Amino acid sequence: MTVEAFPVAGSETVGFLKPHPFIALRAIVHRETLRFLSQRGRLIASLVRPLVWLFVFAAGFRAALGLSITPPYQTYITYEIYIVPGLVGMILLFSGMQSSLSLVYDREMGSMRLLLTAPLPRWWLLGCRLLAGSLIAVLQAYAFLAIAALYGIRFPWLGYLLAAPAMAAATMMLGALGLLLSSFIRQLENFAGVMNFVIFPMFFLSSALYPLWKMAEASPRLRDLCALNPFTHAVELIRFALYAKGNATALAVTLAAFVVFGLVAVWGYDPARGMTARKA
Amino acid sequence: MRFPALLIAPLLVAMPLQAGAGEIWVTNEKDDTISVIDTVRLEVVRTIPTGERPRGITFNSDRSRVYICASDSDTVQVMDPATGKILHDLPSGEDPEQFVLAPDDRHLWIANEDDAVTTVVDVETRQVVAQVNVGIEPEGMAVSPDGKIVITTSETTNMAHWIDTETKKIFANTLVDARPRHAEFAKGGAELWVSSEIGGTITVFDVATQAEKAKIRFEITGIKADLVQPVGFEFTPDGKTAFVALGPANHVAVIDADTFKVRTYVLVGRRVWHLAFSPDHKQLFSTNGVSGDVTIIDIASLEPVKSIKVGRFPWGAAARP
Repeated sequence: MTVEAFPVAGSETVGFLKPHPFIALRAIVHRETLRFLSQRGRLIASLVRPLVWLFVFAAGFRAALGLSITPPYQTYITYEIYIVPGLVGMILLFSGMQSSLSLVYDREMGSMRLLLTAPLPRWWLLGCRLLAGSLIAVLQAYAFLAIAALYGIRFPWLGYLLAAPAMAAATMMLGALGLLLSSFIRQLENFAGVMNFVIFPMFFLSSALYPLWKMAEASPRLRDLCALNPFTHAVELIRFALYAKGNATALAVTLAAFVVFGLVAVWGYDPARGMTARKA
Repeated sequence: MRFPALLIAPLLVAMPLQAGAGEIWVTNEKDDTISVIDTVRLEVVRTIPTGERPRGITFNSDRSRVYICASDSDTVQVMDPATGKILHDLPSGEDPEQFVLAPDDRHLWIANEDDAVTTVVDVETRQVVAQVNVGIEPEGMAVSPDGKIVITTSETTNMAHWIDTETKKIFANTLVDARPRHAEFAKGGAELWVSSEIGGTITVFDVATQAEKAKIRFEITGIKADLVQPVGFEFTPDGKTAFVALGPANHVAVIDADTFKVRTYVLVGRRVWHLAFSPDHKQLFSTNGVSGDVTIIDIASLEPVKSIKVGRFPWGAAARP
């Protein structure tokens, strides 16, 4: 690991005897946090979407579910209870895509080029960016869970604790997907395509809104498609964790998808080989 | 990446729910069996064959005998709960559905749905002691704690018939809402509660005067009023709370027995029929006829904990310590 003195503008001491990569990590997290805090509308917008689903959509389907008990549930539940982990997934998904949008913006503005010229491995810089986005996404998800608890949908306290690593794994995977997409998107205007071709299919073809057995009732092929969707596994990982239970398959698929998306994203950002080379 | 849930989950699963040891015996109408549920492990530990269409089930006071209404066999079966062996049948009259064992542990009062009579059987001599003519399709049965009054509710006549156990004669008839299914004495025998399935109500009577004291109605958000069909109900030992099975509304209502107000509703399986407390009264078991399972409700939190599969169309339930 590189350890070197790295003078930073406005601070003569910062960085002395501190590992350079962590200065970069702190700076990126700090920048993303500032950016998030300066956009209060972003927090509200990120919460309004799942809350509308919870209070309006789920309320209408209150009695529609509950004929089959599938793990982690041990008894009958209302649709509102079922949908909460899916809506947490929705927050993380939109957050991942949002960071993809801001990456495109950064690239257009030139700040991404500046970041990537830092004397640090590219994967580390992108990883820092991913971590910063994930931290904010998990905080948004907890804010949503707090509102859901006030509404009467509560989980075991251990579940709230164990949801943190599950949500972290899910949001890193979705953030890595956002990173990957951002390396393919040339301009901000193309982002609408991401909405249509990534967010909607990923969300609707998953277990976020309906359990897989319900999908199988409509079409076994639909169920298979949902089972292949890494977002399904991210949601199931969160769902199980919220009930203080583990789901090895969901964890394995989520982590595997994270590694694949991450590697492709790092490749995509490589100026010599990736998508950025073609764009330049 | 570390994921503590994976390590902790097996420990959580292995941790038993806090409850005293005991069993809940559930009659399965379609399977002609009894499912015995262990109240600590929360799983079926024994399945015992019975006569045809078992419904009402009750233990004697020392739990050495269990009585089962085998409705389609037109008999009440007497079983040794330790071995699960049928010891003998009792002459019950036709189509026995519900019954109640008097506090003397000797007289079994049985509702004969098809005959419009209540049959009294001496379980020691195995003889019919008396038959009391009641309304059409008698079903719900209750006995006062002092053993002096027995109630039969008749589904079609929509009445609660008050029977003097000494004379074996009806001394009062009180109207209730449509299709009364279940009756229980409350407040040490001062009140009588009768559930009306079609009427969707519970009528509370003052026992001393046989006058109507209160009417309890139910309303569950998102569920049609005609699906709210109160059937079986049970009281906590302190008599302050009543739990009412609401049939196809798939909920159990929790009622403050002093104010007669519904406190909350608990979601259970489909077509909930009857209820039974675990021996320590910390859990309530509901028989869910259509979904073929039993939902366990934690009494402290009033939350459903688990639903477990039993036989087809579970109906009656009784606890055995």
